[in-house]
Amino acid sequence: MVEVKLEHITKEFGGLKAVDDLSLEIRDGEFLVLLGPSGCGKTTTLRMISGLETPTSGRILFGDRDVTYLQPKDRNVSMVFQSYAVWPHMTVRDNIAFPLQIKKVPKHEIEEKVRWAAEMLQIEELLDRYPSQLSGGQRQRVAVARAIVVEPDVLLMDEPLSNLDAKLRVTMRAEIKKLQTKLNVTTIYVTHDQVEAMTMGDRIAVMNHGKLLQIGKPTEVYLNPKSMFVATFIGSPEMNLLDAKVTIGEDGRTYFEGDGFRIAIPESMASALEGYVGKTVALGIRPEHMTIEGVSKLEHVKNVAKITGKVDFVEALGTDTIVHVEVGNGIIKIKLPGHIPLPIGEEVSIVVDLDMLHVFDKDTKDAII
Amino acid sequence: MNDRTKHMLRNLLLYVFIFTVVLWVVVPIVVSALYAFSSRLDYYNMHKVIPTHYTLKWVKTILFVLGAWQGIKNSIVVALLTILISFVLGVPAGYAIAKYLFPGKDSIKLSIIALRMFPIPVMAIPLVVLYIKIHLYDTLIGVALAHTAMALPFVVLITSSIFAGVSKELEEAGMVFGLTRFQSFLKITLPLALPGLAAAAMFTFVMSWNEVFVASILTLKHRTLPAQILSIMAGSSGGAAPPYYKFAAAFIMIMPALVFIFFARKYLVTMWGITIK
Amino acid sequence: MKSKYLPYLLILPAIVYLLFFIGYPLVQAIILAFTHNGHLSLYNFRSALATPTFIPAFKYTLALAAVIIPTQLFLALILSLIMTRTFKGKDMVLYALIIPLTISDVAGGLIWYTLLSDAGFLNKLLINIGLISQPIHFFGYQYRNMEFLAIVLEELWRSTAIVFVIILAGMQMISKEYIEAAEVFGAGYWTRLRKIIIPMLKPSIQSALIIRTLFAMQIFGAVWMLAGRDIPVLAGEGYYQLTFIRNYGVASIYALAIAALSIVLGALYVKFLKAPYLEVSR
Repeated sequence: MVEVKLEHITKEFGGLKAVDDLSLEIRDGEFLVLLGPSGCGKTTTLRMISGLETPTSGRILFGDRDVTYLQPKDRNVSMVFQSYAVWPHMTVRDNIAFPLQIKKVPKHEIEEKVRWAAEMLQIEELLDRYPSQLSGGQRQRVAVARAIVVEPDVLLMDEPLSNLDAKLRVTMRAEIKKLQTKLNVTTIYVTHDQVEAMTMGDRIAVMNHGKLLQIGKPTEVYLNPKSMFVATFIGSPEMNLLDAKVTIGEDGRTYFEGDGFRIAIPESMASALEGYVGKTVALGIRPEHMTIEGVSKLEHVKNVAKITGKVDFVEALGTDTIVHVEVGNGIIKIKLPGHIPLPIGEEVSIVVDLDMLHVFDKDTKDAII
Repeated sequence: MNDRTKHMLRNLLLYVFIFTVVLWVVVPIVVSALYAFSSRLDYYNMHKVIPTHYTLKWVKTILFVLGAWQGIKNSIVVALLTILISFVLGVPAGYAIAKYLFPGKDSIKLSIIALRMFPIPVMAIPLVVLYIKIHLYDTLIGVALAHTAMALPFVVLITSSIFAGVSKELEEAGMVFGLTRFQSFLKITLPLALPGLAAAAMFTFVMSWNEVFVASILTLKHRTLPAQILSIMAGSSGGAAPPYYKFAAAFIMIMPALVFIFFARKYLVTMWGITIK
Repeated sequence: MKSKYLPYLLILPAIVYLLFFIGYPLVQAIILAFTHNGHLSLYNFRSALATPTFIPAFKYTLALAAVIIPTQLFLALILSLIMTRTFKGKDMVLYALIIPLTISDVAGGLIWYTLLSDAGFLNKLLINIGLISQPIHFFGYQYRNMEFLAIVLEELWRSTAIVFVIILAGMQMISKEYIEAAEVFGAGYWTRLRKIIIPMLKPSIQSALIIRTLFAMQIFGAVWMLAGRDIPVLAGEGYYQLTFIRNYGVASIYALAIAALSIVLGALYVKFLKAPYLEVSR
């Protein structure tokens, strides 16, 4: 049970910065998700925590211990690999027992612990089989059992669910999370799947191009994204982004003027936007924070704005409906609960919850609001 | 920083080891080549580790007086015939294994490879009896037929993996657009497989070029190069030829193989399943 | 439908050809070996045993294999381990290591004759460095043990590449993650080697040993070039009986001896290098 601290970690591969000045604190017993697209540096970061790679600069601390240059075997970490890496020439039992054998744990203790780990992952009947006789999902459980059997200080997981089929993935998400809560081991979990991150993480650390963009609880990161990247990476369907110019109308009020719409800027936002008059910004609004007038209602809404447009396409998902509305030359996606079959071409009025409106600086890509 | 120096020392050791191994492979070849052209005096001069005076005399004698030139010609004919026959037989088989799924495929594939493990002397010695009967003894075609038997499993295996590398869909697209299966093979698969087939041909050439036991047993007057060299130079007690002839002989024997393999080196490596990173 | 038989038709010529060139000689060899004057007899077998070189040929063939093959396996493992690291010029090194695959046993014998003869490279080098004052004699009947050594050196130089190539391919097939997992779980370098890499190499080691041993039973060209009949070997004696004595029967006995050894050793390898994890089914 250990706290992990990354201080200004940088990893360079021949001039290319895979990880760029990353600083992060993971609390004892926390389930932290490193989320980001392929190549963002999350796996490299995980490997540095494991000891398989050494940082070019910076420090890694487990509690008070500086482990930056320590070999994996001296760190008391465990890892679940993306391909599971369950050794094919050993039985399941030998696979799970391996870490304990290396540590020269006495034989009867090994047997006990292997049994305990196998029970946790419900694979007791598989102990004498070989990996080639197991399904992908079963092999994955073996990999997890092996990782927890040593009761590590830090548990690392590198996209362990990405090779499973969709249904199994959903089941395993819950199981892994429950397991981690039970064991209370500090866990760092790497994935590119934002649904996984949202449902499993105590906190999510979003990375792109080697940099840490934002870290926070799932709801925080979802509702208050600090950059355009985070805003669009998390959430499905993606947040709508619209360009708009900040203008001052004849009545002295400030407006967002975009292609096919004009929204009056509420008082609460006016001061933050002072420096942007005359400039173009990016407006962000999530599909579920809008509705269509006359068809559905948004609850608990204070400030609204209306945008008109024409229905372009309707995605009927059964539980929800995603309506694509053509506004000006662009498309806005709106998520409505239930089954709402709108005819294509119909003129509609979109109701926007302005309290959920995000405004981004187009140059820095950071959130203004 | 003791870890750092340890790391550097290990790296240094690694490079020294690698360097030594490469030298170990290359030096004998280079020395052999140099000595093949060394003047007689320089060779017997114990203080000249590397000769400084060179002559073409030994190579010339080997080629034109001791029959190596004829041997080379014979070897080339045999090798080319071997390539021809083994490809005529092997390429269709390789294609069938690569493109079709049929019962018994795996066991057929395995047995073809296993047949290569058959001891050559057991094949060659009885063959002499047969060849004498059907007048194939001491003929180049006779040797080529035997070499084909040795090369065939290899050709089948290699061509099957080459054809497997040509996507089925490319052929099928050809057929959809009006070609018969055979035309599709000729116009689409074959051109794409050509580089791999060329490499397979080069390996078959080298295998036939180097083969000595069968060639020696099946020929008398029309010997291939290795058979000829063997008969002139066998053994320290049997061979009357002075040493520098031996080196010249070695040089002649390895030259074509080295050249070929230089060109086909990528295939040589990947054929065994090794990836060059 | 015609297309059902097409694959078989395409393969047929090759298989028929091979079966003929294997089957006919095999049958004929047995006939030649075990008949005399038209009758089934052990005459040739007894003649062969009576020749002074039969037992020595057996012994030397096996002795050479026993010395050469384990050494080659060991070298191949070391070289393969090195080739899994990255370093500058790795491509060139790989090609260099593969060059011997293209060199025939006769050429190899001749090359090593260059190196080891009295006025050869090695002796000249050692004399000029001052390590010895007289050349080391490697050749000649009275130096039979040195001839044995010369053959060993030649084979180590030339045919290690065959073993190396098979082992390297096998090693590259071992996914890096298997080894990293062992590293994360605490295994040091030697433990990883012993418990992960070598067990996973078992199939490749088995292939390499079978191939190499079967070839070693047929060793011929290098021995003839470096030692003539000073070191009799089965294939060499067979050649001698056929070409110089014209005794087909005895020559066939020698050939069948090679075949018998190959089968026995092959079977032993298959039995003792079994990997249970490859044999279980789902």
